[in-house]
Amino acid sequence: MILSPTTESDIVAAISDARAKRTSLAIQGGGTRKNLGRPAQAERTLSLAAMDGIVFYEPAEMVFCARAGTPVATIEKMLAERGQMLPFEPMDHRRLYGGAGAPTIGAVAACNISGPRRISHGAARDSLIGLKLVNGAGESIKTGGRVMKNVTGLDLVKLSSGAFGALGVLTEATFKALPRPETSATLIIRNLDDSRAIAALSQALGSPFEVSGAAHLPAGAGAPEARTLLRVENFKSSVDYRLGELRKLVGGDIVLADDETRALWRDIGDCAMFAAPDDRAVWRISTAPSRGPDLVRLVQKGGAVAHFFDWGGGLIWLAVDAADDAREKDVRAATAACGGHATLVRAPDELRARIDVFQPLPEPMMKLSRAIKTSFDPDGILNPGRMYAGV
Amino acid sequence: MHDAGAACFLHVAISAMGTAMSAIAFPSPDPAILARRDEIVVGLAALVPPECLITSVDERRVYETDALTAYRRLPLAVVLPRSTEETSKVMAWLHNQGVKVVPRGAGTSLSGGAIPQEDAVVIGVSKMARILDIDYADRIARVQAGVTNLGISDAVMADGFFYAPDPSSQLACTIAGNIGMNSGGAHCLKYGVTTNNVLGVKMVLMDGTVVDIGGDWLDASGYDLLGLVIGSEGQLGIVTEATVRLLRKAEGARPVLFGFETSESAAACVADIIGHGIIPVAMEFMDKLAIEICEAFAHAGYPLDAGALLIVEVEGSDDEMEAQLQKIVAIAQKHGVKTVRESQSALEAALIWKGRKSAFGATGRVADYICMDGTVPTSQLVRVLNETYRIVESYGLRVANVFHAGDGNMHPLIMYNVNDPAEQEKAEKAGEDILRLCVDVGGCLTGEHGVGIEKRDLMTHQFTAADLAQQMRVRAAFDRDWLLNPAKVFPLEGRAA
Ligand SMILES: Cc1cc2nc3c(=O)[nH]c(=O)nc-3n(C[C@H](O)[C@H](O)[C@H](O)COP(=O)(O)OP(=O)(O)OC[C@H]3O[C@@H](n4cnc5c(N)ncnc54)[C@H](O)[C@@H]3O)c2cc1C
Repeated sequence: MILSPTTESDIVAAISDARAKRTSLAIQGGGTRKNLGRPAQAERTLSLAAMDGIVFYEPAEMVFCARAGTPVATIEKMLAERGQMLPFEPMDHRRLYGGAGAPTIGAVAACNISGPRRISHGAARDSLIGLKLVNGAGESIKTGGRVMKNVTGLDLVKLSSGAFGALGVLTEATFKALPRPETSATLIIRNLDDSRAIAALSQALGSPFEVSGAAHLPAGAGAPEARTLLRVENFKSSVDYRLGELRKLVGGDIVLADDETRALWRDIGDCAMFAAPDDRAVWRISTAPSRGPDLVRLVQKGGAVAHFFDWGGGLIWLAVDAADDAREKDVRAATAACGGHATLVRAPDELRARIDVFQPLPEPMMKLSRAIKTSFDPDGILNPGRMYAGV
Repeated sequence: MHDAGAACFLHVAISAMGTAMSAIAFPSPDPAILARRDEIVVGLAALVPPECLITSVDERRVYETDALTAYRRLPLAVVLPRSTEETSKVMAWLHNQGVKVVPRGAGTSLSGGAIPQEDAVVIGVSKMARILDIDYADRIARVQAGVTNLGISDAVMADGFFYAPDPSSQLACTIAGNIGMNSGGAHCLKYGVTTNNVLGVKMVLMDGTVVDIGGDWLDASGYDLLGLVIGSEGQLGIVTEATVRLLRKAEGARPVLFGFETSESAAACVADIIGHGIIPVAMEFMDKLAIEICEAFAHAGYPLDAGALLIVEVEGSDDEMEAQLQKIVAIAQKHGVKTVRESQSALEAALIWKGRKSAFGATGRVADYICMDGTVPTSQLVRVLNETYRIVESYGLRVANVFHAGDGNMHPLIMYNVNDPAEQEKAEKAGEDILRLCVDVGGCLTGEHGVGIEKRDLMTHQFTAADLAQQMRVRAAFDRDWLLNPAKVFPLEGRAA
């Protein structure tokens, strides 16, 4: 059964009904990310798609507020018309999952969805400054606001961002936007192995030249030869200058212009390299950049995987054979050895129901998580088990 | 010892203040705990060596207040653990005994966040002040929580790096306190505040459990407990270690002074600069009174004939700075800027920032003051500034405004005579009126100083009962018995959880 509320009171009603009937609710926006996380274990789906529309947009303050079901595309268009953008470049999961729905801003907020610019401009949660939500007790809760600097009370904005809807049904999200850079370019260094590539990315990110994208695509990931990529964004003369300085620092011989740069980083952010064949499982691992190459080598010891790096080496995408539990044991062991966390982003439902999708947490953290879950959702009716069994 | 450093640093501000204020309520101390004081001290003495335990009245006095010096309470005892393990042992024992704990960094909180209570033990991090690891490849530093904010930047400066959030108190305040308050600073306009620059913490829960939240990677798995802990004002646990991001310094940085005829035109200029999509690294505002006070103190060359001043800092290569500056100057001219002065040397630049960063201390030399910290949308700056003058004047008092204008974080310094109880009450009333206004125009009660005890009872103006109850339930998920810094943040009345 799919419920499509159009107002907050519809949501409150749906929640009290669910509580009364002791059923649970799977929350979704455009449904393009329903494969992200453990499969829904809910009798009903609450779709926010009809709760859409911009609440306000103040270009002069670079702040907007949108209802949760507003398509990301609508927002990006609105911002672009005023020369602004979402700082954190949210990933579009349709490249990995397929499907026809429209990604919504509510899901971006709920799942803390970021892209390549994460390294320089923060994650979605860093630009998210206010939320309205309905908790599992059917209460409407406001947290944060519409100003960037705000330390009033506990930061439930950040707590709710990345909780995958388990703490509340988000109804409105307020984000800070940024001016869209005049132009961008990408410097390409060819034929580096992983370790040398990550060292070059680190050197560039440790330079004053404001790199806003730093990825390494090994041979076979989109091209026959390995490519190490650095993006700069600013006004034209500054971009030219920074490219020149970066070249002096780390080498590189090809420069992609603005159009190609946009397309390439869209592909990297959306993990387009692993879109096909779509029966491969995909892992997303966050670690310290300098340990990225080791982590990949450790997984490779157990058998071949395809991989590439974003975030200067700190974000590893792996494509593996879905058989053998998507190599869960190897991935978890390598992540434990190197530090970080691994998420099984794409795998058959059956597998995602059986093994951990998100990084398993130590018991004291699980205990805190359960207590927090209960504090928002006493009956456990919102997206139960989407992140971890029991929260 | 950190508190000695802080006390020295804050000397100017503190010495001008008195002790008479009494408007903010404290919960009455638990007589059962007070009666067991000797026993509790003996228990603590069995857990830590003598140099880590402070029990004498004289020495405890050092800890009786923070930078909200008008209020003070003598703690039952002070423990200064040397390690996470020691902190854990002490916390577990106090938890068993049902004794309250007030975490403390350097005690520079302006909202009374670190003020003790008579039935609580202060746990300070001043003996955990080492930098554990610096890694330029991954651009992070792992530090013990008692290290000072500036201590981190100082350690990496020679290699061209820095830790971005830069509260004016950075010489004294600790990373623990910064995490407690989610502190900001002048350069946060571009680089973000504490929560955007910390990757992980080690924290001891009230029952002694040690948790690692986050790490040296981005965006931990599970609920964002790191985002929750930062800014939680010592109510969720005691942070003993942190992993922070290091940034590479820009090639060059240049603060530029813009003098305006009136506060109104300066504030309108700020909104217009942001409106044009220009984000300088910093954009600081001073009105006439603040200019006079800071210039007399720092001799930074601020234009004394100006009605208001903006310090706008641009950074990058020479050409990049020039390009950004040109745009800013053009906008400022539309707002009738009278003087534009670029710093000509590193020394001059340092003086310009010294004047700004010593604004609170310099004001403290002139008068007693309370410092408000509301944030408003930049489009509302002119209105709120005008109203601020009107409100303070209606109470017959004076106000100096010096603040982080680019992000709308206002700091009216309301001046009064601390020895005149009636005037003190007026100052506090004026402050409340201003903060209510900040909320009413779409802003908030506090942008970086925290709620502490100071703004606790205004929380109901910004939040509904349900909002607050939700926050309190989350708080209780960490500390069911409300033993950690319990007198802070939430109104004393109507505590749900
Ligand atoms: C002159 C002056 C200028 C200032 N300028 C700024 C500014 O520009 N920007 C700004 O944001 N603030 C500013 N402040 C306020 C203050 O310096 C900050 O709030 C600072 O972060 C406090 O750090 P501290 O080490 O002194 O912490 P404390 O004052 O000791 O504690 C602050 C809070 O953190 C909690 N806490 C302390 N240690 C721990 C721990 N280990 N674990 C958990 N919680 C803990 C405390 O309980 C308390 O609630 C200024 C203060 C002064 C006096």
